[in-house]
Amino acid sequence: MSTAQLVREAPVSDIDPWSDDFLADPFPYYRHLRAAGRVVKLARYGIWSVAHYDEARTVLTDHGLFCSSGGAGLANFHKEKPWRPPSLILEADPPLHTRTRAVLTRILSPASLKALRTRFEVEADRMVEPLVARGVADLIADLADPYPLKVFPDALGLAADGRDKLRLYGDMVFAGLGPKNAAYDAAMAFAPQVLPYIRDKCSRAALAPDGLGADIYRAADAGELTEEEADMLVRSFLSAGVDTTVNGIGQALHCLARHPEQWRLLADDPSLARAAFDETLRYDSSAPFVFRTTTRDTVLCDVEIPQHEKVLVLLNSANRDPARWEDPDTFDIRRKSIGHLGFGVGIHGCVGQMVARLEAESVLAALARRVETIEIVGDVRRRPSSGLRGIASLPVRLTPKRR
Amino acid sequence: MPDVTYVQPDGSRQTIGAATGMSVMQAALAHDVAGIIGECGGSAMCATCHVHVDESQLGRLDAVEPVEEAMLGSTAAPRQPNSRLGCQIILTEALHGLIVGIPEKQT
Repeated sequence: MSTAQLVREAPVSDIDPWSDDFLADPFPYYRHLRAAGRVVKLARYGIWSVAHYDEARTVLTDHGLFCSSGGAGLANFHKEKPWRPPSLILEADPPLHTRTRAVLTRILSPASLKALRTRFEVEADRMVEPLVARGVADLIADLADPYPLKVFPDALGLAADGRDKLRLYGDMVFAGLGPKNAAYDAAMAFAPQVLPYIRDKCSRAALAPDGLGADIYRAADAGELTEEEADMLVRSFLSAGVDTTVNGIGQALHCLARHPEQWRLLADDPSLARAAFDETLRYDSSAPFVFRTTTRDTVLCDVEIPQHEKVLVLLNSANRDPARWEDPDTFDIRRKSIGHLGFGVGIHGCVGQMVARLEAESVLAALARRVETIEIVGDVRRRPSSGLRGIASLPVRLTPKRR
Repeated sequence: MPDVTYVQPDGSRQTIGAATGMSVMQAALAHDVAGIIGECGGSAMCATCHVHVDESQLGRLDAVEPVEEAMLGSTAAPRQPNSRLGCQIILTEALHGLIVGIPEKQT
């Protein structure tokens, strides 16, 4: 950026992205932030925010200027000690990141995942069939929660015992992306029972020999990673790959239940399942934001941002930017949703996204093959979280297709 | 505005003027070029923007980085010596006139 550029003061907003009102319905606030400017300072936390698609994409792809090693959440690792060792993939920069990313890319690539498809589809059918037979279900407690919590740890090769602690770990990880408030303290209170479990079960000896976790340790054997790095990357599977998918599938089921005409499209053509999931992530992703940190003084959209400042990238706002999307507030599973930022983009774009798509596609298609209509019959409750969007309860009546 | 030409498996060609800084994948999507999917949006995770770069032009491209190398093992059509991921080729004026072939299949 040229220093000769016209530099002006950033608009300042008192919006609090972790207030109860914001978390309950962030979309009016996103509109307000997009109207306020391309780069808006959030006074309460002394951070910068980008809410438009173009700026979000710029910040995510210019990883030299907007780095990840300053922390994926609100905490600024230049100024405070992280609650856990920074992730070697999410919170690392090149060249370290390039090495770990290449290993994970290979292990989570479409070619490697081919072997999982049948297992994922069989399990989806096994879980969906009794729900359809029963006719009433809570699509969160009966499907969106248990399905990823079964198939993903199985794919990883995680031991069967103690898996109830995975959700508590996720609560810690995603509370850890927000401010140190009461929700943060409540989630972190489980650390003494959760962290030893995570440490023990991610060890080489505890993992099944034929899972994705063992693949990571094989990369260590091949000299691509150190043993310690392998251990940390296996833990990253559990922090990044469980709650995101649980809530992503929950969001998809909620979107489809709220939009019966969209469910009808999917029920008529279950091959739209994958597109329905991607449109969900555009419309209301379970991962609503991520942070970057400036590596030097810079100017973004005429606004001067000093070195080592946090920049909040509002992914779910970028995905509703009318400059990028036609009718952005309309949920339409037939739209071209490619290019949405629900998985981020660039060198830090979600490395597990093909696993997530495979899980969601399997479970949505299994439901779509059997269910004519979904009717919401009770209160839909949001799941409180500083770092994730998701719902805790989705009571429905399922009308089976006539055979 | 660097020109890039996409050659379909049947030999038909489409030349578009791409905005500088766009990738070969993004430019294809922006102009509805058939046969490029780009499901992951440009994170080198899906291998559905596989292209065959005109062999005489390979030397004009940056070398394949380790992440792209890992993903080229996942292309639906067999990998060729001139296989690249469209999302990893960023179009600049230096690449004006680039010609890429689109493989038979992406999934």
